[in-house]
Amino acid sequence: MDDVRAGRMSSLAVAETATSEVFVVELAEFSGPLDLLLSLIRDEQIDIYDIPIARIAEQFLARISTLKLDEAADYLEMAARLVRIKAQMLLPRREGEDVWEDPRAELVRRLLEYQQVREVVDVLERRSEERRGKFARAYTQQAAQLPVAGPLRISLPELLSAVDRVLRLARKPQVHDVIPRALDVDGAIGIVRALLAIRAHAHWKDVLPRNAEPWEVLSVLLALLELAKRGELRLMQPRAFAAFEITRDSPSEAA
Amino acid sequence: MTPLAKLLEAALFASAVPVPVDALRVMAAHADDAETTLDSALEELRNHYDTDGHGVELIEVAGGWQILTRPEYTEAIERAQLAARPQRLSAAALETLAIIAYRQPIGRAEIEEIRGVGAGAILKSLGERGLIDIVARGEGLGRPLLYGTTAAFLEQFALRHLEELPRADELAIALRAPRQATPTSVAATKDNGEGPSRAD
Repeated sequence: MDDVRAGRMSSLAVAETATSEVFVVELAEFSGPLDLLLSLIRDEQIDIYDIPIARIAEQFLARISTLKLDEAADYLEMAARLVRIKAQMLLPRREGEDVWEDPRAELVRRLLEYQQVREVVDVLERRSEERRGKFARAYTQQAAQLPVAGPLRISLPELLSAVDRVLRLARKPQVHDVIPRALDVDGAIGIVRALLAIRAHAHWKDVLPRNAEPWEVLSVLLALLELAKRGELRLMQPRAFAAFEITRDSPSEAA
Repeated sequence: MTPLAKLLEAALFASAVPVPVDALRVMAAHADDAETTLDSALEELRNHYDTDGHGVELIEVAGGWQILTRPEYTEAIERAQLAARPQRLSAAALETLAIIAYRQPIGRAEIEEIRGVGAGAILKSLGERGLIDIVARGEGLGRPLLYGTTAAFLEQFALRHLEELPRADELAIALRAPRQATPTSVAATKDNGEGPSRAD
């Protein structure tokens, strides 16, 4: 597509707009904050190793002020970085301090790295443009031709005998009975009550049948909760995920 | 043409993608042409296309060989709607590809760090185009996915192999260590404001 312009083209486009009377920068033309920053540096003909941070930060902020919020995040992060570097540059340096780490160093490193990426992009662009101008043989796998089915011409006896053949093939259908197994909460309540009639304390395992199936476990659980709600027993859990300890509650005796 | 050159021509014509050298070597080994080597047959075929006036050419790409139409006919072919040029990649996609090509296997975080922009959507679309693939998982936190370039990448950028890209030290701006990047002049001039801009 022609409107997808390469990065190099975009910076040219900005330079053109800058010279015309209306100064509009379309940030969509930049592929990111480093691209914008690099183009500012190029436009101003600044030495990348000695960036006047205050001026660049100001211009950067001016250009991103038109951004919509959703695309601004990456640019705002860079803006914040620039402002911080600017502040660090303003801090007074002590006389005896001969080793001074330039706060711009990290930014310079990133810009150089990014500039290197742009150089590779130029190479890739040139090569892909060259390749785009040639076609390979366009072999496309033929879709399997499905036979077109005409209208059925068949007599009733023929149809019935066909049905019969099919049915004979499936003479012994395996039929599974699916039995709904509702939870037996009432039964479980009976068991728990019977146990608590003999003992004041019980453990979770005591009220569970041996080799309990899931529905039985659930029944007991609901029964215990129900009885606890009615005040017939108290449930205790010494620590998380430990087994319940069941204690008979006095109202149950009254009831 | 030698029998092997003709066989290779047929094989390359039949394939829509570059035929790997290994596959050609196997064909050559089974061919009824003991006198001709694979290399000489390919050379012969290439010369045949180049000198005898053909609309196609033989090129070496992505570890294999492929017959392509000559650029002077592209416009006519496209106008007749027989084939269409693939879409150009955006600058952002090319930057991401460049980073992956040089640093692979590389994780998303590192790509975003270099470009200063989120890379999720671009990685997805490059993956859908078959230009990159997940090649490994990193050691770090969360075992991040690591990306690398594919054979289709080489094909689309007319590269025989990755080494055909310029070496890092051949680029005009070679990477320098951050310390060296610090201008010594700034350290020397005990200036409280900004270092003197050289443009001044």
